[in-house]
Amino acid sequence: MTVLRLEWISKRFGAIQALEEVSLSLDAGEVLGLMGDNGAGKSTLVKIIAGNYRPSGGRIYIGGAQKDFHHPIEARESGIEIVYQDLALCDNLTAATNVFLGRELTRSFGPFRIMDYASMNAVAAKLFKELKSETRPKDFVKDMSGGQRQAVAIARTRLASAKIVLMDEPTAAISVRQVAEVLNLIRELKRQQIAVILISHRMPDVFAVADRITVLRRGRKVADKPVSETTPEEITGLITGAIQAA
Amino acid sequence: MTTEDKPKEFASLDEAIDWQTHSHLSRIFNKQSFWVFVAAVIACAVLASVTDTFATQQNLFNVTRNFAFVAIVALGMTVVIISGGIDLSVGSTLCLSAMVLAILMNAGNPLWLSALAAIAAALLVGLVNGLLIAYLRIPPFVVTLGMLSLARSAAMVLSNNKMVFQFGPDEKLLFWLGGGSSFGIAHPVIALVLLALLTGFMLKWTRWGTHVFAIGSNERAAGLTGINVLGLKVSVYMCSAFFAGVAGVLEAGWLGGVTTNLGQSMELSVIAASVIGGANLMGGAGTVFGSVVGAALIEVIRNSLILLGISTFWQGAFVGSFIILAVAFDRLRALRDESR
Repeated sequence: MTVLRLEWISKRFGAIQALEEVSLSLDAGEVLGLMGDNGAGKSTLVKIIAGNYRPSGGRIYIGGAQKDFHHPIEARESGIEIVYQDLALCDNLTAATNVFLGRELTRSFGPFRIMDYASMNAVAAKLFKELKSETRPKDFVKDMSGGQRQAVAIARTRLASAKIVLMDEPTAAISVRQVAEVLNLIRELKRQQIAVILISHRMPDVFAVADRITVLRRGRKVADKPVSETTPEEITGLITGAIQAA
Repeated sequence: MTTEDKPKEFASLDEAIDWQTHSHLSRIFNKQSFWVFVAAVIACAVLASVTDTFATQQNLFNVTRNFAFVAIVALGMTVVIISGGIDLSVGSTLCLSAMVLAILMNAGNPLWLSALAAIAAALLVGLVNGLLIAYLRIPPFVVTLGMLSLARSAAMVLSNNKMVFQFGPDEKLLFWLGGGSSFGIAHPVIALVLLALLTGFMLKWTRWGTHVFAIGSNERAAGLTGINVLGLKVSVYMCSAFFAGVAGVLEAGWLGGVTTNLGQSMELSVIAASVIGGANLMGGAGTVFGSVVGAALIEVIRNSLILLGISTFWQGAFVGSFIILAVAFDRLRALRDESR
């Protein structure tokens, strides 16, 4: 089932053509590796999907319906969640509070609505278990490993029951052991039929989890192939321009 | 801390998720406010044994009442500091509130109306602070420094820089409110306890409190989750101004007269109380209990200087050193965490 389809997406910033007629489709439970050099248009494309930018041309379909996002909140309401490169977590709060930040569960207490920590901790524990991560809801994020932090950021997208998760360089700044943890988190999302777009520079990580790789170069899509039909060498060539297109 | 623990093997994932990292006791020992509390208790014990004037009922009554004003204002300051800001205008806001109250009562208005107007004046100061900081993105230090001058000037203009010491028909009621006591406890202390419980409740148990901690730690992240960061900031500065306004009303009743010097350089003691109590000037951390204990420690030290016959000119040196020491300890702890 196709959850996301982009048709002829273009984006101009003044005289600069950041994206030129990029088309893309993504199925439920599919992991797409989005690769390209700096300035190739990866971030612009992701920001368009997430509703940060409006495309200059082209159409976006989510689950078959055409969408025109004016604000990131509209994208989120359509089931698109982003895991930011810096994860956007608050170190001084617990894992569970971070998962629920901005949509806290409350219960009545006389005339007041107070925080329902017990329910939030229970739901967060369930989400971490689903992600097979050893992350404890009541621990403060500042005491956590890189992998656990990723789990918190990803659990947040699960809470919203997102259909599409965009991940921006999730393995760029963490240790080798933690990379394995993050790749496992991505596999868990896939197992739960969530579509993932993984932006990364790290070839081994993309080849480890992605089903398909799309390469952008200077705003154009130059390749879109199943992982089984390509090699790291070919992708490198496509990214640099040594290979024109595949 | 997790990183200190040896890698642990768990029978199941559930066990790992349920596993407790910190015991409740170790959590208490890690709190700066706990150690400040210990310091305050030790200071009291030492004073009680070396002087026979400290532990008298009258002196303790005075000490608790004196620190109550600083502590009440420190509650609001702690909220501001947790949110990553600072409010230098609290002393002037307190003065403006007291002066509005004094002028209205002097003109024959009842206490309740004058007190409402006084607190409204304070809230207006907080609103202006908050709007400038949130919407024009002027640094809090600059806005509230300007307001420190502006609000006191407003109090001078309103009163023509005269002392007000006649409070009309409700004078007795005002003096009872600020200077009286019930059950042997001074009213400002009772107000402090109630306001501290309220603030503690708000910070721990409401979404507002959680969001204050969130913007103090990572403002961008808080904004991305849909929290109304700008509105929240305005509310934080209004909260601080509200506490300064309440303290102004009470202090007017205690002193029995209002001058435009009231609350001058009070911001220093207030910030010191918050910071000594564990509030982090970088934002994201602070406790109600800590700021009250911090205010108490400052007052006990001040009181001890008087009782021990040391010149009160040294008071500023103590308060200043405490601020620097408290922040230095915090930095040392941060450095230790980084080097691990």
